[in-house]
Amino acid sequence: MSKQEFKILGTRPIRPDGLDKVTGKAMFGADKSATGMLHARILRSPHAHAEIISIDTSKAKALPGVKAVITGADFDDVENRWTRYTMQNCMAQGRALYDGHAIAAVAATSKKIAGAALKLIEVEYKILPHVTDVDEAMQPGAPLLHEGVKARKLGDDVSGNTVGYYSFGHGDVDAGFAKADEVIERRFKTAATHQGYIEPQACLADLGADGRGALWCTTQGHYMVRETCAEILGIDASQLRVTASEIGGGFGGKTTVFIEPVALKLSQKSGRPVKLVMSREEVFRATGPTMSASMDVKIGMGKDGKITAGHARLRYQGGAFPYNMVMMGAMSAFACYDLENVQSEGWDVMTNRPKMISYRAPGAPMAVYGVESVIDELCQKLGLDPIEVRLLNAAKEGTKSSYGPRFKAIGLVEALKAAKAHPHYSAPLPANTGRGVACGFWFNFGGQVSVSMAINTDGTVNLIEGNPDIGGSRASISMMAAEALGIPFERIRTIVGDTASVGFSDVTDGSRVTFAVGIATINAAKAAIRELCKRAAMIWEIDEDAVEWVDGTARPTGHNAGDFPPMSLAEIAATSGKTGGPIAGHHEGAPDKAGVSFGVHLVDLEVDPETGFTSIKRYTAFQDVGKAIHPAYVEGQIQGGAVQGIGWALNEEYIYGADGRLQNPGFLDYRIPVASDLPMIDAVIIEVPNPGHPYGVRGCGETAIVPPLAAVANGVAQAVGVRLFELPMSPPKILKAL
Amino acid sequence: MSKIHVSTQVNGDQVEFLCEPEETLLDVLRDHLNLTGAKEGCGTGDCGACSVTIDGRLVAACLVLGAEVEGSAVETVEGIGAPDALHPLQRQILQHAALQCGICTPGIIVAAKALLAQNPDPSEQEVRYWLAGNLCRCTGYDKIIRAVLAAAGEMRGENP
Amino acid sequence: MAHVVIFGSLRSFTDGVSELEIDARSTRALLNALVERFPALSETVEAGVSLAIDGEIYKEAWFTPIGPDSEVVVMPLMVGG
Ligand code: FES
Ligand code: FES
Repeated sequence: MSKQEFKILGTRPIRPDGLDKVTGKAMFGADKSATGMLHARILRSPHAHAEIISIDTSKAKALPGVKAVITGADFDDVENRWTRYTMQNCMAQGRALYDGHAIAAVAATSKKIAGAALKLIEVEYKILPHVTDVDEAMQPGAPLLHEGVKARKLGDDVSGNTVGYYSFGHGDVDAGFAKADEVIERRFKTAATHQGYIEPQACLADLGADGRGALWCTTQGHYMVRETCAEILGIDASQLRVTASEIGGGFGGKTTVFIEPVALKLSQKSGRPVKLVMSREEVFRATGPTMSASMDVKIGMGKDGKITAGHARLRYQGGAFPYNMVMMGAMSAFACYDLENVQSEGWDVMTNRPKMISYRAPGAPMAVYGVESVIDELCQKLGLDPIEVRLLNAAKEGTKSSYGPRFKAIGLVEALKAAKAHPHYSAPLPANTGRGVACGFWFNFGGQVSVSMAINTDGTVNLIEGNPDIGGSRASISMMAAEALGIPFERIRTIVGDTASVGFSDVTDGSRVTFAVGIATINAAKAAIRELCKRAAMIWEIDEDAVEWVDGTARPTGHNAGDFPPMSLAEIAATSGKTGGPIAGHHEGAPDKAGVSFGVHLVDLEVDPETGFTSIKRYTAFQDVGKAIHPAYVEGQIQGGAVQGIGWALNEEYIYGADGRLQNPGFLDYRIPVASDLPMIDAVIIEVPNPGHPYGVRGCGETAIVPPLAAVANGVAQAVGVRLFELPMSPPKILKAL
Repeated sequence: MSKIHVSTQVNGDQVEFLCEPEETLLDVLRDHLNLTGAKEGCGTGDCGACSVTIDGRLVAACLVLGAEVEGSAVETVEGIGAPDALHPLQRQILQHAALQCGICTPGIIVAAKALLAQNPDPSEQEVRYWLAGNLCRCTGYDKIIRAVLAAAGEMRGENP
Repeated sequence: MAHVVIFGSLRSFTDGVSELEIDARSTRALLNALVERFPALSETVEAGVSLAIDGEIYKEAWFTPIGPDSEVVVMPLMVGG
């Protein structure tokens, strides 16, 4: 695909929702209220695993101001088992499966009364044995989370908590290892980490006895919310109008429901609007963190740096309900490399922890951490340059990927070369400092999308799309619409429609929005342009085919079309009432070909031998994004992903006590990176166009969290001369290793 | 227990409200005064999303009781900048694309403004340490720090 | 005839068969033919699979055309974040 010339793509306009966000006007999940509104609170299990013998809510109900109390018994069973798991995660039925599992909920006239009512609910538990560690949970005889969900075809050597098994690969790994000059096999452990969005889950629900309702909530996908809630509450999807608030971060964590069905049920019972806002402690205890992992990685390498074989075994812990995510780890583990012999296997395992939910490139960072660490160790052992070795083995166009398909045009080699040539890579390193390198990969997705575009008589354009804007997508979509129509960016206003105003759209995930909504926007613009050209043809009294659209104007084309001056979008729109009515374009589709993306990260870090504290000194991230629509927001995605990965590598972890309770459910003890922990993060954008998108766009949001875990670990290994095999590499762990 | 009557100034306006003794200033702002610009990210003083100033002093509104602000002057993000002229911090944050989701932005603006009031020429390091109490999960802080330094320069009258 | 590759763990439902030729012009026709030949695959196919046709990954689209010489890799359904 040749480089295209663009007028608007690649510029950095101010985002349309910017003013509201710097003045405090933007409405997030918890910012909306309604007259007559009640406040809800949720009672949560203090036990990791317990049978719920009885729940007595009579005293709570009798408290003045309490308008509704519900428990798991208020929810009818649903047919689809995945929806049932979601429902039982929102409100336990029969058993509490993890510390923090919702047991009952109250709606009252004030937060204070709701809180007091929770204390009056009497729950009788019978405590059951629990398990929170993945390797223990896989052992035969481990406490079982659910019966009858063990992955098919697995033997008796693993417990019934093992709900998924996947394997990928090709070639003969044993033969590959036999050919190697050096083989290293390591066991790694990574902790569960939380998405850590700053805005807790929040919603405002209003559901009538007639099954009609409205829901305002912070989510990555309001159609997903509508469909899940409608199914759980037994109402028609059309009757539940869901509006996505401004969303204060998600990173995958807001791709399911935790509180919305509860708020709707309370509203239905009380006949009043109900606001339900999670506390930070609830967010940690009961919403999805990502998986923790235990992994074995074995790689063989020749003296020349050629990888002869790679084998990874990934055991992921994903909490209290069946899930499937290890697959993505198994597919990503070796995706960066062109390997003759490769195999990756993965097991999804349940434990007594909150149910996992996606976290940015879900499943990939930990698997890639294992692989990139072993490659680094091999480079050290064989005295090879880590970037050279990666270049030697890098996947390119035509490479048969470790997960099956052959790659189309991809930009890993370009990213590696850019890293090698960057001044960062050749800068001198002071004492106690190490330099880490690692690659990373993510798939990116397309998915279902709807866009509706209206051309106004003053020459401006309204665009409605159905994907919550999580990081500036309204800006990038307006830019693509402007580029396609040939009009200024400022003339376009893009909004995220509610579920009643535009067709279905998949969840904002998989780095799909700029890609998929972009394609739909370009197609909607094409439809509008066809109509604009038709109107011009009518006015000029020439054939429709004799009109073309150039630079935002209709022009006669061809010899006999006549000689008319170009007519602008605004001019055609101005008379649209007389030429056949409003002009619009829309597109519904499910584009694929999102284009995989690769990144390479370089980090310099210093380890304090006295305290074990690691400080990041310099960081440069290179990533192929296909085409950066709004480069500033692309850089922002890369920087944000890199820092989340740094947090995962150094500090963040879910800590469980022997009692199975989460010990650090707050930002004080679950420490995410703060400004003073970091240097500037240099983001270098590489553009190898994606052949599957008219402008060459690839998803860009997720790849950046994949390389940092290994990059930081490799840097630490170089700085202190000892390698750790467990994340996070918190100061006590580093001190111990020294 | 009965409610407490409080009279104070918020963003230059004289206001009165009744609050429960245990209600925080953040609750009062958001639930009683309809000022939802300050956000609750944690409720425990750890995230800075609720940053406001009381008599010019930067505080976490979730750690201050509503009743404590009797007779003082509270400033929230809603009081920063004029309708026709954004504060340099607001403008630079927009220009630098220093927000993604924007939930941390009000707290960052309030906190950075308090920094520049006492230190008009902070180093990068000083900005980073001052803002260490304001969590941002989206941006990796890079563009936020650059925006604050640029706003400081603009306020000192330097050419951008 | 499309060249079909059954990937990884899906092979446990195809009696170990990993590659075969199927005459199908669309993804739905291909999946139907696969399930007919390997009934053990039906649960997985119903739950959803991803297909890579000549290197491009498609999630659950029935009518994606398949060329006569296409290589189709059948993989477990992929999920995003
Ligand atoms: S809400 Fe006050 S510091 Fe987090
Ligand atoms: S922009 Fe999202 S938390 Fe800062």
